[in-house]
Amino acid sequence: MSILVDRTTRLVVQGLTGREGTFHALACRDYGTRVVAGVTPGKGGLVHEGIPVFDTVAAAVAKEGANTSLIFVPPAAAADAILEAADAGIGVIVCVTEGIPTLDMVRAHRALQGRPCRLIGPNCPGLISPGKAKVGIMPARIHRPGRVGVVSRSGTLTYEAVGQLTERGIGQSTCLGIGGDPIIGTTFVDALRLFAADAETDAILMIGEIGGAAEEEAAAFVKAHVTKPVVGFICGQTAPPGRRMGHAGAIISGGSGTATEKMGAMRQAGIAVVKSPAEMGEAVARLLAVGTRAVASPANTRIPKKRPTVKASVSRETSSRMGTRPARGAAKAGAPGKKQTSRGTKRRG
Amino acid sequence: MKIHEFQAKAILAEAGVPIPRGRVAASPAEARAVAQELGGPVVVKAQIHAGGRGKGGGVKLAQTPDEAEQVASRILGMMLRTHQTGPEGQRVKRVLVEEAMGIRRELYLGIVIDRAAGLPVLMASAAGGMDIEEVARTRPDAIVKAHVDPATGIRGFHARKLAFGLGLQGDHVKAAADLVTRLYAAFEGKDCSLAEVNPLVVAEDGRLLALDAKMNFDDNALFRHAELQALRDLDEESPLEVEASKYSLNYIKLDGNVGCMVNGAGLAMATMDIIKLAGGQPANFLDVGGGASAEQIENAFRILISDPLVKAVLINIFGGILRCDRLAEGVIKAVRNLHVTLPIVIRMEGTNVELGQQMLRESGLNFIAAQGMRDAAAKAVRAARAA
Repeated sequence: MSILVDRTTRLVVQGLTGREGTFHALACRDYGTRVVAGVTPGKGGLVHEGIPVFDTVAAAVAKEGANTSLIFVPPAAAADAILEAADAGIGVIVCVTEGIPTLDMVRAHRALQGRPCRLIGPNCPGLISPGKAKVGIMPARIHRPGRVGVVSRSGTLTYEAVGQLTERGIGQSTCLGIGGDPIIGTTFVDALRLFAADAETDAILMIGEIGGAAEEEAAAFVKAHVTKPVVGFICGQTAPPGRRMGHAGAIISGGSGTATEKMGAMRQAGIAVVKSPAEMGEAVARLLAVGTRAVASPANTRIPKKRPTVKASVSRETSSRMGTRPARGAAKAGAPGKKQTSRGTKRRG
Repeated sequence: MKIHEFQAKAILAEAGVPIPRGRVAASPAEARAVAQELGGPVVVKAQIHAGGRGKGGGVKLAQTPDEAEQVASRILGMMLRTHQTGPEGQRVKRVLVEEAMGIRRELYLGIVIDRAAGLPVLMASAAGGMDIEEVARTRPDAIVKAHVDPATGIRGFHARKLAFGLGLQGDHVKAAADLVTRLYAAFEGKDCSLAEVNPLVVAEDGRLLALDAKMNFDDNALFRHAELQALRDLDEESPLEVEASKYSLNYIKLDGNVGCMVNGAGLAMATMDIIKLAGGQPANFLDVGGGASAEQIENAFRILISDPLVKAVLINIFGGILRCDRLAEGVIKAVRNLHVTLPIVIRMEGTNVELGQQMLRESGLNFIAAQGMRDAAAKAVRAARAA
């Protein structure tokens, strides 16, 4: 099953004709994602790298049946792009753009409440359901289809974690970057709820960072509602207070939002917390082998649900196709158009 | 971005928030002139970004213009140390000279973004002058809060909730409600991440005034506020951090001896963490971003090694879109051009890693290759110790 994106995903890329938009749209398509449309206002009617371009998201939905959007729009216009996608009836809106003003996101976030859509990000790498669909900027080949769900506030640290899993033969159901900004659409709790309900996810790896209280809320949710094993890591254990560590949301303020607090809350919830970023993959492997949630706290007496072992899940999943769909007719039908910069949308290494 | 108290007060005054009479001065003579102008006793306040100025000796009362001049001459130029400046302190270049006044009550008023709610939240407390985080920890019920929905903006009831919550009476309720509304307008209009009046005072003469003010701005919104960009004080920032910001590099100086260069903020923090776990101390946080060019990597390297504390360098790159060969090219160039002799541990993973490693090997330079983060951290810490 996986969560949020799969073979039914019909992707529209907002900001398709920009440098980042083009690069990543093609990488998504190469992976097998159905990239059905692009939106660049004023360029409707063009065909860019074989992808039809529309002036509005509404047109992309009407003509191509887009149900998911990936946004590479500069920060000043990104909140508007999110609202446009929601207004057009897009169900899953993924915003990669970094550097959106917080108050713009306050307004957009508020406006999305009660609408039948889900925002992922902003300032995130997007998400991938290995073997099914990639809607984001992550390097595809480090992933492998499987049964571990990964959710993280970071980009490259998620790649690191996924790399550690794949190296051990542990595949992933869906890997989701929720973004490093103070105000984001999908939270850890939302992602955990989806993974908990996903029949094809057996275990969850959660990677948090300093700042805010989202990890504490996630811990409370895990304690109350999640019976699948969860492994956790928090980065920023050595970060000084009061300094913004790259991500706008990664700041310890007024003594709260520290890694120690978060790790404590997560341990208390029965999450197997690792101290070192080098141990994320090992911890998941250990937990899957034991089949209980709380290797780190033997006092936890919750009886785990029966679930397939790692071996079973790997052998079942490795046969599935992964990124082998041929890139369809890459007819250069339309001129790429004038070079457009989308400053602020980043290409994560 | 942070600004000084006198700058924040100017913004508040423009928004119609009442502030004490006063002016900023850069010399003792100027301080004397301001005191003369104000008449009566004045307060001379050091202007640095850090908090805790009073306790550090940066805020003094002066009864006469003569005394104001003397006090200013002691404060101006001093290295003011507070719990927020670090041990070396921060040099005072300017003082704010304001009318001194008798105070009946000290209150707290602040606006921040509540991340969990996704909304701005107004906060007020009758325990003014105190550290609000301390109040939040020990007596959370002493803080009155009101979230503002951007669809409606601030309304009368928000302001009244705070004013009555502060236990104000009579004319002060109306004055406080008006002040809260104006403060919120400034918060929203200037894209603040924090707007704080601590303390908000009821003076002996009955006036309600912002006795101190602090404003921080959302860096992401500065592009639409040229007037705020002009308020940036580079002297308040670490020179290396200022240099890094010119190349859109995210650099934060720390006090360890293992310099690190990483792509991505999360991985950069995790790299600092694993250095500590390996028994060392990171010298910095440095995120070169995803699409770094060879040139940017060279600049990053130059900034990194200009910190004299750095004894070894750890490069940790998980290359996706940033290709390892491009990284290798930048690092080799930097080491050659800058004649770096420090030990450099490189851990690379991802796109074109073989090519990158081959380039490093064939460069003839003395790089230490590492497999995985644990190995990299152990090697870097060992190299820093040996140096």
